[in-house]
Amino acid sequence: MDYLIHIGILAGIYAILAIALNLLVGFTGLVSLAHAAFFAIGAYTAAILTTALHIHFFIAAILGAVVAAVAALLIGLVLSRFRDDFYLLCSIGFTFIVYTIFVNWADLTNGPLGISGIPRPVFFGLDFADNKLFFLKVLLIVGFVFWRADFFVKSSFGRALKAIREDEQALQIFGYKTTYYKLIVFVIAGAIAAVAGALFASYIRYIDPSVAILNESIFALAIIILGGLADLRGSVIGAIILIFLPELLRFVGFPADIAGQMRQLMYGVLLVLFMLYRPQGFLGKFKL
Amino acid sequence: MKILEIKHLLKRFDGVAAVDHLSAEIEAGKITALIGPNGSGKSTLINTLTGIFPLDGGGVVIRGAHLFSIESPEIAAYGITRTFQEVRLWNQMTVFENLLVALTERSIIGSMFEHHNELHQKQAQELLEKVRLCEKKGELVGGLSYGQRKLLEIARALAMNAEIYFFDEPFAGLFPEMTKIVVSILEELRAKGKTVLLVEHNMNLIRQLADHVIVLDAGKLLAQGKPNEVLERRDVIEAYLGE
Repeated sequence: MDYLIHIGILAGIYAILAIALNLLVGFTGLVSLAHAAFFAIGAYTAAILTTALHIHFFIAAILGAVVAAVAALLIGLVLSRFRDDFYLLCSIGFTFIVYTIFVNWADLTNGPLGISGIPRPVFFGLDFADNKLFFLKVLLIVGFVFWRADFFVKSSFGRALKAIREDEQALQIFGYKTTYYKLIVFVIAGAIAAVAGALFASYIRYIDPSVAILNESIFALAIIILGGLADLRGSVIGAIILIFLPELLRFVGFPADIAGQMRQLMYGVLLVLFMLYRPQGFLGKFKL
Repeated sequence: MKILEIKHLLKRFDGVAAVDHLSAEIEAGKITALIGPNGSGKSTLINTLTGIFPLDGGGVVIRGAHLFSIESPEIAAYGITRTFQEVRLWNQMTVFENLLVALTERSIIGSMFEHHNELHQKQAQELLEKVRLCEKKGELVGGLSYGQRKLLEIARALAMNAEIYFFDEPFAGLFPEMTKIVVSILEELRAKGKTVLLVEHNMNLIRQLADHVIVLDAGKLLAQGKPNEVLERRDVIEAYLGE
Protein backbone atom coordinates (compact mmCIF):
# COMPACT_ATOMS: atom_id res chain seq x y z
CA MET A 1 0.00 0.00 0.00
CA ASP A 2 2.83 2.40 0.89
CA TYR A 3 4.33 1.69 -2.48
CA LEU A 4 1.07 2.53 -4.27
CA ILE A 5 0.73 5.74 -2.27
CA HIS A 6 4.30 6.66 -3.24
CA ILE A 7 3.47 6.13 -6.91
CA GLY A 8 0.21 8.04 -6.46
CA ILE A 9 2.03 11.03 -4.99
CA LEU A 10 4.48 11.13 -7.89
CA ALA A 11 1.60 10.78 -10.39
CA GLY A 12 -0.17 13.70 -8.68
CA ILE A 13 2.91 15.91 -8.77
CA TYR A 14 3.51 15.17 -12.44
CA ALA A 15 -0.21 15.69 -13.17
CA ILE A 16 0.17 19.27 -11.88
CA LEU A 17 3.25 19.76 -14.06
CA ALA A 18 1.38 18.28 -17.05
CA ILE A 19 -1.67 20.53 -16.52
CA ALA A 20 0.69 23.51 -16.59
CA LEU A 21 2.39 22.33 -19.77
CA ASN A 22 -0.93 21.50 -21.43
CA LEU A 23 -2.03 25.13 -21.03
CA LEU A 24 0.94 26.08 -23.12
CA VAL A 25 1.30 23.23 -25.63
CA GLY A 26 -2.21 21.81 -25.92
CA PHE A 27 -4.31 24.96 -25.61
CA THR A 28 -1.98 27.60 -27.04
CA GLY A 29 0.05 25.46 -29.45
CA LEU A 30 3.37 26.70 -28.08
CA VAL A 31 5.70 23.73 -27.73
CA SER A 32 8.00 24.53 -24.83
CA LEU A 33 10.71 22.47 -23.16
CA ALA A 34 11.25 25.01 -20.39
CA HIS A 35 9.01 23.32 -17.89
CA ALA A 36 11.77 21.38 -16.13
CA ALA A 37 13.35 24.77 -15.44
CA PHE A 38 10.21 26.14 -13.73
CA PHE A 39 9.72 22.85 -11.88
CA ALA A 40 13.32 23.17 -10.66
CA ILE A 41 12.90 26.84 -9.70
CA GLY A 42 9.91 25.89 -7.55
CA ALA A 43 11.77 22.94 -6.05
CA TYR A 44 14.92 24.92 -5.25
CA THR A 45 13.06 27.94 -3.90
CA ALA A 46 11.04 25.73 -1.56
CA ALA A 47 14.13 23.74 -0.57
CA ILE A 48 16.25 26.81 0.19
CA LEU A 49 13.51 28.67 2.05
CA THR A 50 12.49 25.69 4.18
CA THR A 51 16.02 24.49 5.02
CA ALA A 52 18.03 27.71 5.31
CA LEU A 53 15.33 30.13 6.45
CA HIS A 54 12.90 27.64 8.05
CA ILE A 55 9.97 29.20 6.27
CA HIS A 56 6.79 27.13 6.26
CA PHE A 57 6.40 24.94 3.17
CA PHE A 58 3.14 26.50 2.02
CA ILE A 59 4.60 29.98 2.05
CA ALA A 60 7.80 28.65 0.43
CA ALA A 61 5.75 26.95 -2.30
CA ILE A 62 3.84 30.18 -3.01
CA LEU A 63 7.11 32.12 -3.11
CA GLY A 64 8.51 29.44 -5.45
CA ALA A 65 5.57 30.07 -7.75
CA VAL A 66 6.21 33.82 -7.58
CA VAL A 67 9.92 33.41 -8.40
CA ALA A 68 9.04 31.11 -11.32
CA ALA A 69 6.41 33.58 -12.50
CA VAL A 70 8.96 36.41 -12.48
CA ALA A 71 11.46 34.22 -14.35
CA ALA A 72 8.73 33.26 -16.83
CA LEU A 73 7.81 36.91 -17.29
CA LEU A 74 11.41 37.84 -18.10
CA ILE A 75 12.07 34.95 -20.49
CA GLY A 76 8.52 35.24 -21.83
CA LEU A 77 9.13 38.81 -22.96
CA VAL A 78 11.58 37.32 -25.46
CA LEU A 79 9.75 34.05 -26.15
CA SER A 80 6.36 35.60 -26.84
CA ARG A 81 7.65 37.24 -30.00
CA PHE A 82 8.23 33.79 -31.48
CA ARG A 83 6.39 30.59 -32.11
CA ASP A 84 7.10 27.12 -33.53
CA ASP A 85 10.80 26.23 -33.93
CA PHE A 86 12.21 29.44 -32.48
CA TYR A 87 9.94 29.20 -29.46
CA LEU A 88 11.05 25.62 -28.82
CA LEU A 89 14.75 26.43 -29.24
CA CYS A 90 14.55 29.44 -26.92
CA SER A 91 12.77 27.35 -24.28
CA ILE A 92 15.54 24.71 -24.47
CA GLY A 93 18.15 27.45 -24.08
CA PHE A 94 16.38 28.72 -20.97
CA THR A 95 16.38 25.23 -19.43
CA PHE A 96 20.15 24.93 -19.98
CA ILE A 97 20.68 28.34 -18.38
CA VAL A 98 18.67 27.38 -15.29
CA TYR A 99 20.49 24.03 -15.02
CA THR A 100 23.86 25.77 -15.26
CA ILE A 101 22.88 28.26 -12.55
CA PHE A 102 21.84 25.49 -10.17
CA VAL A 103 25.09 23.60 -10.79
CA ASN A 104 27.39 26.61 -10.47
CA TRP A 105 25.79 28.87 -7.87
CA ALA A 106 27.04 26.55 -5.13
CA ASP A 107 26.68 29.09 -2.30
CA LEU A 108 22.94 29.10 -2.80
CA THR A 109 22.18 25.67 -4.28
CA ASN A 110 25.04 23.54 -2.93
CA GLY A 111 26.02 22.88 -6.54
CA PRO A 112 25.94 19.32 -7.93
CA LEU A 113 25.58 17.89 -4.41
CA GLY A 114 22.11 19.33 -4.15
CA ILE A 115 20.08 20.11 -1.04
CA SER A 116 19.10 17.40 1.41
CA GLY A 117 17.03 17.33 4.59
CA ILE A 118 14.12 19.29 3.10
CA PRO A 119 11.41 19.10 5.77
CA ARG A 120 7.88 17.88 5.27
CA PRO A 121 5.41 20.49 6.53
CA VAL A 122 3.28 20.39 9.64
CA PHE A 123 0.00 22.20 9.20
CA PHE A 124 -2.66 22.67 11.90
CA GLY A 125 -1.22 19.68 13.74
CA LEU A 126 -1.18 17.48 10.63
CA ASP A 127 2.28 16.06 10.05
CA PHE A 128 2.81 15.52 6.34
CA ALA A 129 5.73 13.22 7.05
CA ASP A 130 2.96 10.63 6.85
CA ASN A 131 2.73 9.64 3.19
CA LYS A 132 -1.02 9.09 3.36
CA LEU A 133 -1.52 12.68 4.46
CA PHE A 134 0.95 13.89 1.86
CA PHE A 135 -0.98 11.98 -0.80
CA LEU A 136 -4.18 13.65 0.38
CA LYS A 137 -2.48 17.03 0.18
CA VAL A 138 -1.26 16.32 -3.36
CA LEU A 139 -4.75 15.20 -4.39
CA LEU A 140 -6.26 18.39 -3.02
CA ILE A 141 -3.73 20.53 -4.86
CA VAL A 142 -4.25 18.55 -8.08
CA GLY A 143 -8.00 19.10 -7.69
CA PHE A 144 -7.57 22.83 -7.04
CA VAL A 145 -5.16 23.32 -9.96
CA PHE A 146 -7.46 21.32 -12.25
CA TRP A 147 -10.52 23.35 -11.18
CA ARG A 148 -8.84 26.72 -11.73
CA ALA A 149 -7.20 25.62 -15.01
CA ASP A 150 -10.57 24.34 -16.24
CA PHE A 151 -12.20 27.70 -15.42
CA PHE A 152 -9.32 29.41 -17.20
CA VAL A 153 -9.46 27.40 -20.44
CA LYS A 154 -13.25 27.73 -20.68
CA SER A 155 -13.06 31.51 -20.30
CA SER A 156 -12.82 33.97 -23.19
CA PHE A 157 -9.08 34.07 -22.48
CA GLY A 158 -8.86 30.29 -22.98
CA ARG A 159 -10.77 30.55 -26.25
CA ALA A 160 -8.31 33.18 -27.47
CA LEU A 161 -5.44 30.84 -26.59
CA LYS A 162 -6.94 28.14 -28.80
CA ALA A 163 -7.32 30.66 -31.61
CA ILE A 164 -3.63 31.58 -31.20
CA ARG A 165 -2.84 27.90 -31.61
CA GLU A 166 -4.89 27.72 -34.81
CA ASP A 167 -3.96 30.99 -36.52
CA GLU A 168 -2.38 33.74 -34.47
CA GLN A 169 -2.29 36.34 -37.23
CA ALA A 170 -5.97 35.89 -38.02
CA LEU A 171 -6.75 36.44 -34.35
CA GLN A 172 -4.82 39.71 -34.30
CA ILE A 173 -7.18 41.08 -36.94
CA PHE A 174 -9.93 40.84 -34.33
CA GLY A 175 -8.13 43.14 -31.93
CA TYR A 176 -6.28 40.60 -29.83
CA LYS A 177 -2.76 41.57 -28.73
CA THR A 178 -1.58 37.98 -28.90
CA THR A 179 1.93 38.65 -27.60
CA TYR A 180 0.46 39.49 -24.18
CA TYR A 181 -1.80 36.44 -24.22
CA LYS A 182 1.21 34.21 -24.91
CA LEU A 183 3.19 35.94 -22.19
CA ILE A 184 0.46 35.60 -19.56
CA VAL A 185 -0.18 31.90 -20.23
CA PHE A 186 3.57 31.26 -20.08
CA VAL A 187 3.77 32.99 -16.68
CA ILE A 188 0.74 31.10 -15.33
CA ALA A 189 2.07 27.75 -16.61
CA GLY A 190 5.49 28.50 -15.12
CA ALA A 191 4.00 29.30 -11.71
CA ILE A 192 1.93 26.10 -11.67
CA ALA A 193 4.98 24.03 -12.67
CA ALA A 194 6.86 25.60 -9.76
CA VAL A 195 4.15 24.44 -7.33
CA ALA A 196 4.68 20.90 -8.63
CA GLY A 197 8.43 21.35 -8.12
CA ALA A 198 7.96 22.55 -4.54
CA LEU A 199 5.78 19.53 -3.77
CA PHE A 200 8.41 17.26 -5.31
CA ALA A 201 11.21 18.75 -3.21
CA SER A 202 9.14 18.49 -0.06
CA TYR A 203 8.17 14.90 -0.81
CA ILE A 204 11.57 13.48 -1.86
CA ARG A 205 13.34 15.70 0.74
CA TYR A 206 16.32 16.02 -1.56
CA ILE A 207 16.94 17.80 -4.84
CA ASP A 208 19.89 18.31 -7.12
CA PRO A 209 20.31 20.05 -10.50
CA SER A 210 19.11 16.93 -12.36
CA VAL A 211 15.52 18.15 -11.81
CA ALA A 212 16.28 20.86 -14.37
CA ILE A 213 17.50 18.63 -17.18
CA LEU A 214 15.80 18.45 -20.53
CA ASN A 215 14.66 14.86 -19.93
CA GLU A 216 12.21 16.13 -17.31
CA SER A 217 10.66 18.51 -19.83
CA ILE A 218 10.45 15.75 -22.41
CA PHE A 219 8.82 13.49 -19.83
CA ALA A 220 6.18 16.15 -19.11
CA LEU A 221 5.63 16.59 -22.84
CA ALA A 222 5.22 12.80 -23.21
CA ILE A 223 2.55 12.85 -20.48
CA ILE A 224 0.38 15.38 -22.26
CA ILE A 225 0.87 13.86 -25.70
CA LEU A 226 -0.13 10.47 -24.33
CA GLY A 227 -2.99 11.71 -22.17
CA GLY A 228 -4.32 14.23 -24.63
CA LEU A 229 -3.46 17.71 -25.82
CA ALA A 230 -5.92 20.48 -24.96
CA ASP A 231 -7.69 18.25 -22.43
CA LEU A 232 -6.93 18.69 -18.74
CA ARG A 233 -8.22 15.21 -17.89
CA GLY A 234 -5.66 13.90 -20.35
CA SER A 235 -2.87 15.52 -18.32
CA VAL A 236 -3.96 13.60 -15.21
CA ILE A 237 -4.51 10.32 -17.04
CA GLY A 238 -1.20 10.65 -18.90
CA ALA A 239 0.65 11.25 -15.63
CA ILE A 240 -0.96 8.21 -14.02
CA ILE A 241 -0.08 5.99 -17.00
CA LEU A 242 3.48 7.18 -17.44
CA ILE A 243 4.27 6.98 -13.72
CA PHE A 244 2.58 3.63 -13.14
CA LEU A 245 3.48 1.80 -16.37
CA PRO A 246 7.29 1.76 -16.01
CA GLU A 247 6.84 0.43 -12.47
CA LEU A 248 5.68 -2.83 -14.06
CA LEU A 249 9.24 -3.27 -15.32
CA ARG A 250 10.27 -3.86 -11.74
CA PHE A 251 8.35 -7.11 -11.81
CA VAL A 252 9.89 -8.29 -15.10
CA GLY A 253 13.19 -8.91 -13.38
CA PHE A 254 15.58 -6.66 -15.32
CA PRO A 255 18.76 -5.68 -13.47
CA ALA A 256 18.45 -2.17 -11.98
CA ASP A 257 20.75 -0.49 -14.51
CA ILE A 258 18.92 -2.03 -17.48
CA ALA A 259 15.48 -1.27 -15.99
CA GLY A 260 16.38 2.44 -16.00
CA GLN A 261 17.21 2.30 -19.71
CA MET A 262 14.07 0.27 -20.42
CA ARG A 263 12.00 3.03 -18.85
CA GLN A 264 13.40 5.59 -21.31
CA LEU A 265 12.86 3.10 -24.12
CA MET A 266 9.25 2.62 -23.07
CA TYR A 267 8.59 6.39 -23.10
CA GLY A 268 10.15 6.62 -26.55
CA VAL A 269 8.17 3.71 -27.99
CA LEU A 270 4.91 5.01 -26.52
CA LEU A 271 5.51 8.47 -27.96
CA VAL A 272 6.26 7.10 -31.42
CA LEU A 273 3.21 4.81 -31.36
CA PHE A 274 0.90 7.63 -30.28
CA MET A 275 2.29 10.04 -32.85
CA LEU A 276 1.66 7.43 -35.54
CA TYR A 277 -1.73 6.09 -34.54
CA ARG A 278 -3.37 8.57 -32.16
CA PRO A 279 -1.63 11.95 -32.36
CA GLN A 280 -4.26 13.62 -30.19
CA GLY A 281 -3.55 11.20 -27.30
CA PHE A 282 -6.16 9.33 -25.26
CA LEU A 283 -8.54 12.23 -24.66
CA GLY A 284 -7.03 15.03 -26.69
CA LYS A 285 -8.92 17.45 -28.89
CA PHE A 286 -5.95 18.80 -30.77
CA LYS A 287 -3.32 17.26 -33.04
CA LEU A 288 0.17 18.75 -32.99
CA MET B 1 -17.21 61.61 -47.13
CA LYS B 2 -13.82 59.90 -47.24
CA ILE B 3 -13.39 57.26 -44.56
CA LEU B 4 -10.11 55.79 -45.80
CA GLU B 5 -7.36 57.50 -47.78
CA ILE B 6 -4.43 55.60 -49.20
CA LYS B 7 -1.47 57.91 -49.76
CA HIS B 8 1.49 56.88 -51.94
CA LEU B 9 1.38 53.43 -50.41
CA LEU B 10 4.34 51.24 -51.26
CA LYS B 11 4.76 47.54 -50.62
CA ARG B 12 7.74 45.69 -52.05
CA PHE B 13 8.65 42.01 -52.13
CA ASP B 14 12.32 41.36 -52.87
CA GLY B 15 12.59 44.73 -54.53
CA VAL B 16 9.51 44.26 -56.71
CA ALA B 17 6.71 46.70 -55.94
CA ALA B 18 3.46 44.76 -55.45
CA VAL B 19 1.72 48.02 -54.51
CA ASP B 20 3.49 50.88 -56.19
CA HIS B 21 2.99 54.33 -54.62
CA LEU B 22 -0.76 53.88 -54.79
CA SER B 23 -3.11 56.68 -53.82
CA ALA B 24 -6.86 56.17 -53.61
CA GLU B 25 -9.83 57.16 -51.51
CA ILE B 26 -12.68 55.09 -50.15
CA GLU B 27 -16.03 56.74 -49.57
CA ALA B 28 -17.97 56.05 -46.39
CA GLY B 29 -21.19 54.07 -46.66
CA LYS B 30 -20.42 52.79 -50.16
CA ILE B 31 -19.35 49.50 -51.67
CA THR B 32 -16.06 50.04 -53.46
CA ALA B 33 -14.90 47.22 -55.69
CA LEU B 34 -11.18 46.63 -56.01
CA ILE B 35 -10.47 44.83 -59.26
CA GLY B 36 -7.55 43.98 -61.46
CA PRO B 37 -5.84 40.96 -63.02
CA ASN B 38 -4.14 38.34 -60.88
CA GLY B 39 -0.99 39.74 -59.33
CA SER B 40 -2.15 43.33 -59.66
CA GLY B 41 -1.77 43.89 -55.90
CA LYS B 42 -5.39 43.73 -54.67
CA SER B 43 -4.85 41.25 -51.85
CA THR B 44 -1.45 42.73 -51.07
CA LEU B 45 -3.12 46.10 -50.62
CA ILE B 46 -5.67 44.67 -48.18
CA ASN B 47 -2.99 42.72 -46.36
CA THR B 48 -0.91 45.87 -46.03
CA LEU B 49 -3.89 47.93 -44.87
CA THR B 50 -4.57 45.36 -42.14
CA GLY B 51 -0.99 44.97 -40.91
CA ILE B 52 -0.42 41.47 -42.30
CA PHE B 53 2.45 42.92 -44.33
CA PRO B 54 4.41 45.94 -43.07
CA LEU B 55 4.19 48.86 -45.46
CA ASP B 56 7.40 50.08 -47.07
CA GLY B 57 6.37 53.63 -47.80
CA GLY B 58 3.49 56.06 -47.82
CA GLY B 59 0.66 55.89 -45.35
CA VAL B 60 -3.06 55.80 -44.79
CA VAL B 61 -5.64 58.02 -43.18
CA ILE B 62 -8.29 55.95 -41.45
CA ARG B 63 -11.27 57.86 -40.08
CA GLY B 64 -9.05 60.92 -39.70
CA ALA B 65 -6.07 59.15 -38.11
CA HIS B 66 -2.80 59.39 -40.08
CA LEU B 67 -0.88 56.11 -39.95
CA PHE B 68 2.58 55.36 -41.32
CA SER B 69 2.73 51.87 -39.88
CA ILE B 70 -0.13 49.49 -39.22
CA GLU B 71 -0.26 46.73 -36.60
CA SER B 72 -2.90 44.01 -37.06
CA PRO B 73 -4.20 44.09 -33.45
CA GLU B 74 -4.89 47.82 -33.81
CA ILE B 75 -7.05 47.81 -36.92
CA ALA B 76 -10.13 46.66 -35.00
CA ALA B 77 -9.86 49.82 -32.92
CA TYR B 78 -10.14 51.84 -36.15
CA GLY B 79 -13.36 50.01 -36.95
CA ILE B 80 -11.87 47.77 -39.64
CA THR B 81 -12.36 44.06 -40.11
CA ARG B 82 -11.79 41.68 -43.00
CA THR B 83 -12.03 38.26 -44.57
CA PHE B 84 -9.17 36.50 -46.32
CA GLN B 85 -8.70 35.34 -49.91
CA GLU B 86 -7.86 31.88 -48.57
CA VAL B 87 -10.25 31.25 -45.67
CA ARG B 88 -8.50 31.62 -42.33
CA LEU B 89 -10.74 30.24 -39.62
CA TRP B 90 -9.68 28.44 -36.44
CA ASN B 91 -10.17 24.93 -37.75
CA GLN B 92 -9.89 22.84 -34.59
CA MET B 93 -12.54 24.96 -32.88
CA THR B 94 -16.29 24.78 -33.36
CA VAL B 95 -18.35 27.10 -35.55
CA PHE B 96 -19.82 28.66 -32.40
CA GLU B 97 -16.38 29.20 -30.84
CA ASN B 98 -15.15 30.92 -33.99
CA LEU B 99 -17.90 33.49 -33.63
CA LEU B 100 -17.43 33.85 -29.87
CA VAL B 101 -13.81 34.87 -30.39
CA ALA B 102 -15.06 37.89 -32.33
CA LEU B 103 -17.90 38.62 -29.90
CA THR B 104 -16.24 38.40 -26.48
CA GLU B 105 -13.90 40.44 -24.30
CA ARG B 106 -10.50 41.61 -25.60
CA SER B 107 -8.88 42.89 -22.42
CA ILE B 108 -6.65 40.25 -20.89
CA ILE B 109 -7.87 40.51 -17.29
CA GLY B 110 -11.50 40.86 -18.34
CA SER B 111 -11.31 37.86 -20.64
CA MET B 112 -9.91 35.66 -17.87
CA PHE B 113 -13.08 36.07 -15.86
CA GLU B 114 -15.59 36.09 -18.70
CA HIS B 115 -17.53 33.07 -19.82
CA HIS B 116 -19.83 33.57 -22.81
CA ASN B 117 -23.29 34.68 -21.77
CA GLU B 118 -26.80 34.70 -23.20
CA LEU B 119 -26.16 37.89 -25.17
CA HIS B 120 -23.16 36.28 -26.90
CA GLN B 121 -25.29 33.19 -27.59
CA LYS B 122 -28.03 35.32 -29.09
CA GLN B 123 -25.63 37.33 -31.25
CA ALA B 124 -23.92 34.17 -32.51
CA GLN B 125 -27.27 32.58 -33.25
CA GLU B 126 -28.39 35.59 -35.29
CA LEU B 127 -25.18 35.52 -37.30
CA LEU B 128 -25.50 31.80 -37.95
CA GLU B 129 -29.08 32.32 -39.10
CA LYS B 130 -27.90 35.03 -41.46
CA VAL B 131 -25.43 32.66 -43.16
CA ARG B 132 -27.67 29.57 -42.75
CA LEU B 133 -25.23 27.62 -40.62
CA CYS B 134 -27.33 27.12 -37.48
CA GLU B 135 -27.23 23.34 -37.70
CA LYS B 136 -23.43 23.43 -37.88
CA LYS B 137 -23.04 25.40 -34.65
CA GLY B 138 -21.37 22.66 -32.62
CA GLU B 139 -19.26 21.19 -35.42
CA LEU B 140 -15.56 21.67 -35.87
CA VAL B 141 -14.80 24.16 -38.63
CA GLY B 142 -12.35 21.74 -40.26
CA GLY B 143 -15.33 19.55 -41.20
CA LEU B 144 -17.24 22.25 -43.12
CA SER B 145 -17.35 22.53 -46.90
CA TYR B 146 -15.37 25.31 -48.55
CA GLY B 147 -18.49 27.38 -49.17
CA GLN B 148 -19.66 27.00 -45.58
CA ARG B 149 -16.26 28.07 -44.38
CA LYS B 150 -16.45 31.17 -46.59
CA LEU B 151 -19.85 32.03 -45.13
CA LEU B 152 -18.65 31.49 -41.57
CA GLU B 153 -15.69 33.77 -42.19
CA ILE B 154 -18.09 36.48 -43.38
CA ALA B 155 -20.27 35.92 -40.29
CA ARG B 156 -17.18 36.25 -38.10
CA ALA B 157 -16.38 39.58 -39.74
CA LEU B 158 -19.98 40.74 -39.19
CA ALA B 159 -19.63 39.83 -35.50
CA MET B 160 -17.16 42.71 -35.19
CA ASN B 161 -19.89 45.26 -36.02
CA ALA B 162 -17.17 47.27 -37.76
CA GLU B 163 -17.45 50.45 -39.81
CA ILE B 164 -15.19 49.28 -42.66
CA TYR B 165 -15.23 45.76 -44.11
CA PHE B 166 -12.59 44.37 -46.44
CA PHE B 167 -13.94 41.32 -48.23
CA ASP B 168 -11.29 39.50 -50.25
CA GLU B 169 -13.05 37.45 -52.95
CA PRO B 170 -16.04 36.50 -50.77
CA PHE B 171 -17.90 34.88 -53.69
CA ALA B 172 -15.08 32.56 -54.80
CA GLY B 173 -16.13 28.91 -54.66
CA LEU B 174 -19.72 29.61 -53.58
CA PHE B 175 -22.83 27.86 -54.88
CA PRO B 176 -25.52 30.19 -56.32
CA GLU B 177 -27.63 29.97 -53.14
CA MET B 178 -24.64 30.95 -51.06
CA THR B 179 -23.85 33.80 -53.46
CA LYS B 180 -27.35 35.19 -52.87
CA ILE B 181 -26.73 35.15 -49.10
CA VAL B 182 -23.49 37.12 -49.48
CA VAL B 183 -25.11 39.60 -51.89
CA SER B 184 -27.87 40.28 -49.37
CA ILE B 185 -25.30 40.72 -46.58
CA LEU B 186 -23.36 43.28 -48.61
CA GLU B 187 -26.54 45.16 -49.52
CA GLU B 188 -27.59 45.17 -45.87
CA LEU B 189 -24.22 46.57 -44.83
CA ARG B 190 -24.57 49.39 -47.34
CA ALA B 191 -28.10 50.09 -46.14
CA LYS B 192 -26.72 50.42 -42.62
CA GLY B 193 -24.17 52.97 -43.82
CA LYS B 194 -21.17 50.65 -43.48
CA THR B 195 -18.22 50.88 -45.86
CA VAL B 196 -17.18 47.87 -47.91
CA LEU B 197 -14.01 47.31 -49.93
CA LEU B 198 -14.72 44.32 -52.12
CA VAL B 199 -12.10 42.37 -54.06
CA GLU B 200 -13.95 40.46 -56.75
CA HIS B 201 -13.46 39.07 -60.26
CA ASN B 202 -17.10 38.52 -61.19
CA MET B 203 -18.03 41.60 -63.22
CA ASN B 204 -21.76 40.92 -63.06
CA LEU B 205 -21.61 41.02 -59.26
CA ILE B 206 -19.53 44.17 -59.37
CA ARG B 207 -22.08 45.87 -61.66
CA GLN B 208 -24.83 44.71 -59.33
CA LEU B 209 -23.21 45.72 -56.05
CA ALA B 210 -20.47 48.31 -56.42
CA ASP B 211 -20.96 52.06 -56.14
CA HIS B 212 -17.38 52.75 -57.13
CA VAL B 213 -14.64 50.73 -58.78
CA ILE B 214 -10.87 50.98 -58.37
CA VAL B 215 -8.78 49.11 -60.94
CA LEU B 216 -5.22 48.09 -60.14
CA ASP B 217 -2.62 46.89 -62.58
CA ALA B 218 0.93 46.00 -61.53
CA GLY B 219 0.33 47.65 -58.17
CA LYS B 220 -0.67 50.99 -59.71
CA LEU B 221 -4.00 52.71 -60.09
CA LEU B 222 -5.23 52.07 -63.62
CA ALA B 223 -8.71 53.53 -63.41
CA GLN B 224 -11.50 54.40 -61.02
CA GLY B 225 -15.07 55.59 -61.21
CA LYS B 226 -18.60 54.29 -61.70
CA PRO B 227 -18.74 50.56 -62.50
CA ASN B 228 -20.42 50.86 -65.90
CA GLU B 229 -17.99 53.51 -67.05
CA VAL B 230 -14.82 51.87 -65.75
CA LEU B 231 -15.64 48.36 -66.90
CA GLU B 232 -16.16 49.57 -70.48
CA ARG B 233 -12.78 51.25 -70.69
CA ARG B 234 -10.44 49.70 -73.22
CA ASP B 235 -7.34 49.90 -70.98
CA VAL B 236 -9.21 48.06 -68.20
CA ILE B 237 -10.36 45.33 -70.57
CA GLU B 238 -6.85 45.01 -71.96
CA ALA B 239 -5.36 44.71 -68.48
CA TYR B 240 -7.75 41.87 -67.73
CA LEU B 241 -7.26 40.10 -71.04
CA GLY B 242 -3.54 40.75 -71.06
CA GLU B 243 -3.54 42.36 -74.49
